[in-house]
Amino acid sequence: MATMSQVALFVTIFFPLVAAIWVLLLCQTERAIKRWSIRMSLVPLILSAVLMVQYDRSLGGMQFEVMAPWIPVLNSSFRLGADGLSLPLIFLTTLLSTLSIVYSAFTIKTRVREYFVMFHLLELSMLGVFGALDYVLFYLFWEVSLVPMYLLIGIWGGQNRSYASIKFFIYTLVGSVAMLLAIILTYLATGTFDMTAAAVAQPFMQLDPQTQLLLGSLAFWGFFLGFAFKVPSFPFHTWLPDAHTEAPTAGSVILAGVLLKLGAYGFLRIILPTYPHASQFWAPVVIGLGVIAIVYGAFVCVAQGDLKRLIAYSSVSHMGYVMLGIGAASFVLTPEGLEKAVSKLGGNLSADAIYDSATMALNGATLQMFNHGIITGALFLLVGVIYERAHTRELSKFGGLSAKTPYFYGIMLVTAFASLGLPGLAGFWAEFFTFRGAFSIVPVWAAFGTIGIVMTAVYILWRIIQNVFLGEYEEGKLEHWTTVNGEPAEGPTDMVGFEKLVLWPLVIGMFVIGVYPTWLLSFFNGSAVELIEFIVGST
Amino acid sequence: MEQFSLVAPEIILLTGGLIIFLIDVAVRGHTDSGRGYTTIALFTLGGAFVAALFQTFSFFELEIGQEPRQALHLLEFDLFSAFLKAPILLVMVLIAMAGGHYMNRRTERRGEFWSFYVFVTLAMSVALSANNLLLLYVAIEFLSITSYLLAGFLRDNQRSAEAGLKYFLYGAVASAAMLYGLSFVYGATGTLNLHEISAIVKAGETDALALGLMPATMFVMVGLGFKATLAPFFQWAPDTYEGAPTPVTVYLSTASKAIGLAVTARVFVVALNELLVDWVPILAGLCILTMTMGNLMALRQKDVKRMLAYSSVAHAGYLLMGIAALAAGTESYMDGINGLLVYLFAYMFTNTGAFLVVMVLEEREGRTDLGAFEGLYRRAPVLALMLTVFLLSLAGIPATAGFWGKFFVFGAAVQRQYFWLAGIGVINAGIAAYYYINVMRTMYFGEKPAEDRPIQMPIGAGAVLVVCTLIVFWVGLYPSPLIEWATTASEQLLAFGF
Repeated sequence: MATMSQVALFVTIFFPLVAAIWVLLLCQTERAIKRWSIRMSLVPLILSAVLMVQYDRSLGGMQFEVMAPWIPVLNSSFRLGADGLSLPLIFLTTLLSTLSIVYSAFTIKTRVREYFVMFHLLELSMLGVFGALDYVLFYLFWEVSLVPMYLLIGIWGGQNRSYASIKFFIYTLVGSVAMLLAIILTYLATGTFDMTAAAVAQPFMQLDPQTQLLLGSLAFWGFFLGFAFKVPSFPFHTWLPDAHTEAPTAGSVILAGVLLKLGAYGFLRIILPTYPHASQFWAPVVIGLGVIAIVYGAFVCVAQGDLKRLIAYSSVSHMGYVMLGIGAASFVLTPEGLEKAVSKLGGNLSADAIYDSATMALNGATLQMFNHGIITGALFLLVGVIYERAHTRELSKFGGLSAKTPYFYGIMLVTAFASLGLPGLAGFWAEFFTFRGAFSIVPVWAAFGTIGIVMTAVYILWRIIQNVFLGEYEEGKLEHWTTVNGEPAEGPTDMVGFEKLVLWPLVIGMFVIGVYPTWLLSFFNGSAVELIEFIVGST
Repeated sequence: MEQFSLVAPEIILLTGGLIIFLIDVAVRGHTDSGRGYTTIALFTLGGAFVAALFQTFSFFELEIGQEPRQALHLLEFDLFSAFLKAPILLVMVLIAMAGGHYMNRRTERRGEFWSFYVFVTLAMSVALSANNLLLLYVAIEFLSITSYLLAGFLRDNQRSAEAGLKYFLYGAVASAAMLYGLSFVYGATGTLNLHEISAIVKAGETDALALGLMPATMFVMVGLGFKATLAPFFQWAPDTYEGAPTPVTVYLSTASKAIGLAVTARVFVVALNELLVDWVPILAGLCILTMTMGNLMALRQKDVKRMLAYSSVAHAGYLLMGIAALAAGTESYMDGINGLLVYLFAYMFTNTGAFLVVMVLEEREGRTDLGAFEGLYRRAPVLALMLTVFLLSLAGIPATAGFWGKFFVFGAAVQRQYFWLAGIGVINAGIAAYYYINVMRTMYFGEKPAEDRPIQMPIGAGAVLVVCTLIVFWVGLYPSPLIEWATTASEQLLAFGF
């Protein structure tokens, strides 16, 4: 059994490569390409579900490890593994990939073979990032993910795709090269590329405090740039609206659903355990940028006239919660941070209570990563549904669709409410935990962040629900309606089979997590507790 | 006898070159397809490559710090020279295989071309091993003069003639400056041998010597910087690279540049190591200037050949970072010189591949501007995919060879805590990615041109491109052996200086 589950993670990650080669070389017709792509994408999905069930939560830590020497001279090895943090994200990746591939099978009509090959390669690189436990391997997957995404946006994207794709590539590349410097710095300090070993070795801690802070901060900022461009954190977000808006529907789903999580994952996997002191020192910046992203993103959403762009900006806002949670937790995880927090809060809270809050903030951040993945993934799919019919995303062109397309309206309603954090749906728990954790650590910033929650309700209810669905349907406001297959139609037509098929799993997910988050939370909580214990133990 | 076997590659090259030359004289007035000359040249270069390869393995036995093997007291053979000699010879073989047809088709004086081509390789081979300033100068001058001739070889083509002339005019000045500098060095130290210079600098009153050596070295840098296309001595490069026949451009931008940098490294490490502290700011400044100017100018190019020319200037800047940040005796595998070696290895095969794709397209379309690449993926998917690999490698994306080059030179800068230098390198990598990606964009996103004939890939060029692609992936995915070799080579070299 042990051997099976060891191979399972490896196979999950590398099966998309097999799929890509299969589709590239062995499928002759368009039909075969699509059919085999769907079938082969099910393998990692099922395997990742098996991995989640098989994961021993009472044991915790890294499981399903694979390790082989790779570049012995550099002390870098081919090491894969998954823990409570990465497993749900791996599952999220395979789920969204499968759904996107199904959706694309019905909507992509040009250059089909290349499209699906790119998609499988994209899945490979994302899974690789979540599974890699070696810096070089991590960086390899991280960078390689840029290329298929660049081509997906650039070839199958909208009007302005060329500009958007190149912007996406350059922005993230600059961030990742900065990260490369930080990786090298970490390597030079610890002599290993192994992520856990590097964290255990506590780079620079043996130096005098000032040098330690200087070098630690340099490494922190290198990693920060790499991850902040991806998340994207506030001033680094400008590539996102363009890329999301121009990407094909399935590309937006993956971009918002998974690629943004890579950045947040990096914070939790690398920065926090390896550079706790620098994280503590710079936490106010992380928190501040996170809160600014929440509020600013929400306000910008309200001003958008393009539905897809609106949802893209909502990602900026929602990923701000993740940054807030991570920042708040890292603020108190070192002895100095804890001391400061206890004294600032007037001694009302004990150290344990503060650690509890930090745990909650982390749980909120990680839950938000997962939830944002399914909710925004669903939102982008829903934008795709309407765009395939109306061929525009101008909010002003829509109105009164609820009567014409009740099914679509229903699904959109659930998803939109999940997005604004209605209790009983997935989004609520993430916001709840993040703010519960952050309030007892950085009350003022957290209070400021709640403005974003209010504005979220404004853009969801007013801009999306009311603008698009409520009111009277006006004939002729938009002349070119088609069915989803591109045949001319009288007016808006409701969702068809494959769209329902793709959206229902996500909607069910929102309900299940909304009502019973415990199972998912047990993974995240386990790894959050481990992380906090590790940092407290090592500092 | 041992000395004879040490210079075996050079002897093979000399013989082969002379044979071609003599045949050409003998059959003067009678032109043929040039296949015969190409074949002899290929055998000569291939033989030299095999000989160099055999030598390389024997150099692993050298202990760190042991005296390198010498021939005639002028040439010295260690893993540092061998590490570059075999790849450079391989690159010359590959270029001859891929570009032979291109040249034979364009010129009548085929015998001349091929004998010069073999001689230029000989010059590089000698320059790599020279440990005597005079021989160094002669080798570089030999390399330059043959290169002038080759760059301007297509006399009837105005661009080619311009390329040769421009190269010559700049080169003559640079050589003169270099010779002037070398005479200063000789005057200050009384010897031409690199090791003896080092000993004298170490033993003597360094201050007084430095006074004389500083300007001298600066003059020498003019000559070497000219070869390596370092700022501010690179202005000839874009015009020459663009105008010269493409096979010539390929070796000018790869092998010849590698010589410039390798000799720079040898001179600094072996002879002037004592003064390195004073030199770091200047080298770092040149490095920043070179990569920034190269990248910024490449950004604005509409012609892919010219863009690659500027990009190769920028790469010289990254490469110089390895020398500027060299650090002996570290335990971290990032001593700068091994970065230079890994980078050079990766860069030579990547850039050769990229230029050869341009050459194949030039043969087909008669032009090299971005328009020729429009929708290339639709017309020649394999060619487009290969160019993609080369461009990604030039941009330094992991899984390709170029990544490890950047990794080690940036790593050396971080190791010496030259964070500003590494930071500027990062910004440059971002700028560079833009114009590489721009070519990809044209290839993939562009529409199929109206007249749509699939591009036939010539067999020679096709095989060479496959070899280059494989090397790029091999280094990218399994760099372990290369890193070990480069590190041993750099340790052997550094053992002398420090």
